Amino acid sequence: MSRSRSGGAGVPAPLLVPAALAVAFLVLPVVGLLVRTPWSSLGPQLTGPGVGAALRLSLVSATLATLLSVVMGVPLAWVLARSRIRGRTVLRALVTVPLVLPPVVGGVALFLVLGRQGLVGRWLDEAFGITIPFTTTAVVIAETFVAMPFLVISVEGALRAADARFEDAAATLGADRWTTFRRVTLPLVAPGIAAGAVLCWARALGEFGATITFAGNFPGTTQTMPLAVYLALQDDPEAAIVLSLVLLVVSVATLSLLRDRWLGRRGAAL
Amino acid sequence: MSLGARVVVGRGSLALDVEVDVADGEVLAVLGPNGAGKSTLLRVLAGLLPPDAGSVVLDGSTVWDDDGVHVPAHRRDLGMVFQDHLLFPHLSVTDNVAFGLRTRGVRKAAARAAAAGWLARVGLDDLGDRRPGRLSGGQAQRAALARALVGDPRVLLLDEPLSALDARTRLVVRAELRRHLAEFAGSTVLVTHDPVDAMALADRVVVVEDGRVVQTGTPDEVNRRPRTDYVARLAGLSLLPGTGEGRAVRLDAGGVVAVAEETSGPVFAAVRPESVALYLTRPEGSPRNVWAARLVGATPHGATVRCELTGEVPLVADVTAAAFAELGLLPGAEVWATVKASEVAVYAR
Repeated sequence: MSRSRSGGAGVPAPLLVPAALAVAFLVLPVVGLLVRTPWSSLGPQLTGPGVGAALRLSLVSATLATLLSVVMGVPLAWVLARSRIRGRTVLRALVTVPLVLPPVVGGVALFLVLGRQGLVGRWLDEAFGITIPFTTTAVVIAETFVAMPFLVISVEGALRAADARFEDAAATLGADRWTTFRRVTLPLVAPGIAAGAVLCWARALGEFGATITFAGNFPGTTQTMPLAVYLALQDDPEAAIVLSLVLLVVSVATLSLLRDRWLGRRGAAL
Repeated sequence: MSLGARVVVGRGSLALDVEVDVADGEVLAVLGPNGAGKSTLLRVLAGLLPPDAGSVVLDGSTVWDDDGVHVPAHRRDLGMVFQDHLLFPHLSVTDNVAFGLRTRGVRKAAARAAAAGWLARVGLDDLGDRRPGRLSGGQAQRAALARALVGDPRVLLLDEPLSALDARTRLVVRAELRRHLAEFAGSTVLVTHDPVDAMALADRVVVVEDGRVVQTGTPDEVNRRPRTDYVARLAGLSLLPGTGEGRAVRLDAGGVVAVAEETSGPVFAAVRPESVALYLTRPEGSPRNVWAARLVGATPHGATVRCELTGEVPLVADVTAAAFAELGLLPGAEVWATVKASEVAVYAR
């Protein structure tokens, strides 16, 4: 975070004009949402059927997806940043594919692997009687698939920025690599992990394409807030606005809360 | 020998191939310019860098050889102090010092008690609860020394431990370090580019240049009889290689130096800057060595001015600030430099 200079003085016009346009472009839609919100009927809309369930499902599934991403993504980031295994560049390219893959395509891919007739799905079905598609589990899996790369990239960056010589110092003090990871590396990159987790959570909360493809749109089990917004827009635009507002408030509140608690002190980039 | 090693590492422009042996209680200084491979050597000894070839024997047990013995850093019984202390920023000073004991299975309370004891020994009794970020440079380096020594290692490795400190702090910490090293029973390897550190702390000095050992000896020997320009410059001497011909040395670069002893064969003639006198006109009389020279540089050096001279014989001369002003010397000035034959040290190459 850079300290802003007082006034716009010194900003050349070729930079100032596009920057101002960018601000307008990013802020206006949010303003529009606020302007069009039916504040008078807000209460009934909020307590309407499905809103609470969708919100709860969204929060729970995004949080679970974030936890999964941290548990698997932090070790992966470590492997990418610190280990000397072969094919690391290829590995990094592979795990960041979901970043550029259209989420709908991701959903289709998940379906092909974990669906009842899928590579892994068929085996899960036959051996354990487990079916994943169109369940809450599928929601969490879809969100994890789309959001984890954000965490991996962010934590890998934090690991690369952290001074690896602290790990050398730990080794000369008798710490093996696992102890060093737990007692030195992890605390050093904690702000980076927090930042990555927040990014990951926000991405998971907004997930739409992979979720609707792989998990469907069943109120109560797989209908998350973004799905509910889209569906409401078809027949009750006012409800869609209210749902959007709720999603906006939850995201902003969470981000600012976490930023103050974890990220504020070290001035992480969020 | 408590520490014996031969280390071969080739990395980019660096081709390191050196042998070191350090006895119990001995302090070996590895002196050399930046990029000579000193820190690489230390990293190999610590186990932080695998050598291309060689062996490392710590306290009688081989921790690295070319036949597959590869003991990792964390299982070598040593302590290491880094140039910029590398205290863990997220732990208190006490927990930093206790870290090495905790990783080796000492219980928390016992480890913290031992850490507090060492903090008292290095004069940081009251600062154990602080984070390293709130220590001064000198305090942090003391804490780092305590952290390295708390487990009572067999070998202590010091990587430029004083060079990040300001001049005054360096003086104080150097004196303390000298005391702690005197009490330390194991072997110490001190890597430094500062000859004062080497002279003040080491029992023996190894000079490394371009990955090779160019000189070994006591600090005094290395200081008085340097074998390379680098060491001579550090010691403040002008080093003149040549061939002894009785009481004269015919210099490789041209010119003749009169000396007091008879020598023959390849020798070094070394001239101390304070032995060189400068005159504006050619002096008559006793000094046997008189050379025409041109002043190319002058830097104040305490109460004296260090003058760099070129000419038939390149020299460095120390003259008092008063004399410098009196002679009205300016860069480019033509002067006469004289040195008494008895003031020239001459020794075999």
